[in-house]
Amino acid sequence: MAGELPYEAPLVEMRKKIDELVQFGQEKGIDFTDEIARLEERYHRLEEEIYTGITAAQKMHLARHQQRPTALDLIQLIFTDFIELHGDRMFGDDLAVVGGLAKLNGKTVTVIGQQRGKDTKDNIARFFGSAHPEGFRKGLRLMKQANKFGRPIITFIDTKGAYPGNTAEERGQSEAIARNLMEMAKLSVPVIVVVIGEGGSGGALAMAVGNRVLMLEHAIYSAISPNGAASILWKDASKADQAAEAMKITAKDLLEMEVIEEIVPEPRGGAHRNYEASAAFISEALIRHLDEMKGWSGDQLKQDRYEKFRKIGSVTFEPQASIEAPQELVEVDAASNLSGNVE
Amino acid sequence: MFKDIFQKKRKYATIPSERALPGEGQEVLERPKREIPEGLMNKCSKCGTIQYSKELEKNLKVCPACGYHMRLNAMERIAMVLDDQGFVEFDADMISVDPLGFPGYSNKLEQQRLKSGLKEAVITGEGTIEGLPVVVAVMSFDFFTGSMGSVVGEKITRVIEHATEKRLPMIIFSTSGGARMQESILSLMQMAKTSAALSRLDEQGGLYISVITDPTTGGVSASFASLGDINIAEPGAVFGFAGRIVIEQTIRQKLPDDFQTAEFNMQHGQLDMVVHRKELRATLGKLLDMHSEKGGV
Repeated sequence: MAGELPYEAPLVEMRKKIDELVQFGQEKGIDFTDEIARLEERYHRLEEEIYTGITAAQKMHLARHQQRPTALDLIQLIFTDFIELHGDRMFGDDLAVVGGLAKLNGKTVTVIGQQRGKDTKDNIARFFGSAHPEGFRKGLRLMKQANKFGRPIITFIDTKGAYPGNTAEERGQSEAIARNLMEMAKLSVPVIVVVIGEGGSGGALAMAVGNRVLMLEHAIYSAISPNGAASILWKDASKADQAAEAMKITAKDLLEMEVIEEIVPEPRGGAHRNYEASAAFISEALIRHLDEMKGWSGDQLKQDRYEKFRKIGSVTFEPQASIEAPQELVEVDAASNLSGNVE
Repeated sequence: MFKDIFQKKRKYATIPSERALPGEGQEVLERPKREIPEGLMNKCSKCGTIQYSKELEKNLKVCPACGYHMRLNAMERIAMVLDDQGFVEFDADMISVDPLGFPGYSNKLEQQRLKSGLKEAVITGEGTIEGLPVVVAVMSFDFFTGSMGSVVGEKITRVIEHATEKRLPMIIFSTSGGARMQESILSLMQMAKTSAALSRLDEQGGLYISVITDPTTGGVSASFASLGDINIAEPGAVFGFAGRIVIEQTIRQKLPDDFQTAEFNMQHGQLDMVVHRKELRATLGKLLDMHSEKGGV
């Protein structure tokens, strides 16, 4: 096992014991078959226990695992004939976003992904997967291209958030994200979103206005990173684990809140344990959802997407008696001289 | 400086004291000087100039000394920009719940209601400007730093849908610290919801003017505030996605003082104009008039 997370320590320990026993038996020529079988059984029970009870905080670490498959890893495994396209035609080519044409199950689709780096050098080139405006605009360009040619769009979400730097602000980070949100609502082709790692805030959402939003089992998705929330709420970024629990960021939470449509399973222990198996699960879900939307008109797809987001939110109404209060307030204020002449 | 105060005091000795407006009167409350009745005077938080609250209000809460545009709450904004008669508020009874059972959220909501005298961070409705019909959403920084949760998103979406249905122009006055963290993902999704509603207004050919006031950041700046056919900001208003401190930590440099101000955004092509508060009503009236030729659409 490589790249273990802290909560996997008991498993690592037990595996080491089993291996030692096997080796000892071989060296001394003693038959430990029964003992080893018993230990293996205990190991599997422990594994079951640990992996079925993964907490939100543990998922946060899993979702950010350095060995977790990135968008490009999954694109290579899920699709064939991937041709990467580049640039936003305005400023540059942001490597935090990748995209292009590919075939899924024999049909051409446009695929776009938020791309973390595989190592430090790659991470620097890709700004750790945090897009600048040109990244969001490149994504939008490819989406509009897909719309023109009537092919489905598949996006992979995996970012801590939009790049928080002065250059991004100067080039209109807010506008780039906002524009994507509005334009994605207008697309007449099926859009399927898969949150594969961390869905961080507006940067994630800017490419996640889909007819279907799926999440990998251990992926997380939130308005603000648990670290950020902890430092704002409790002035202590080290309370990120606590914030992760309170913020309801897991796939299960989001499915319950009807923000996502489906949880895509991961291999035991997480997607990083088996790339091929992870890709196979995603591939199956993508094909099935595209199939469900086959034959839908552009208007139908837009309506469906509109309704999906339209219903999200939780509000209530005050009892009838107090409705008059705000109207009184309006009158009081309109009567004051704030609206009066400017001197 | 002191001489001025005494002179003014004599001059306006007959003005009765007023209650401080919530939020804006806080500086006065923090430094109680017994000899000056609470709320009578106001100190500019930018240049420190002290003036009569009443005078300040006549000046639309723009500091006469330095031109700083102080924050207005939704009620003040509506009174200032819309015609005196005929404002009809929508969904006035819509209030927040605590959908995630987030620690401390319910209490905080109650505190914010008491502190601001508002029920939520946005007021929506229909009225007129210079006699021209318009649908508006007006945010208040006073309530929960204008953060967008389900109620803000829902009220704004409803009012945009109303404008689309009635073929009326839409103006949103934004001010917000961003997403309402306590509603986590539901709060984030309001960005998509409001922007989708604007996409329908846009496709129908409806006019949307975004008025950006101090400060407009995070999830609100990265959704409806940036999507106006015409984007207007008040002078000095901070408008940007990421917070200054976060950016300074990222780039490990100090940012210039004017970073993310309206003027900075103007220079970088993010705004159509920066309009002084005194001219805002007239400017909006003119824009509405120029778009009224097709019957408001």
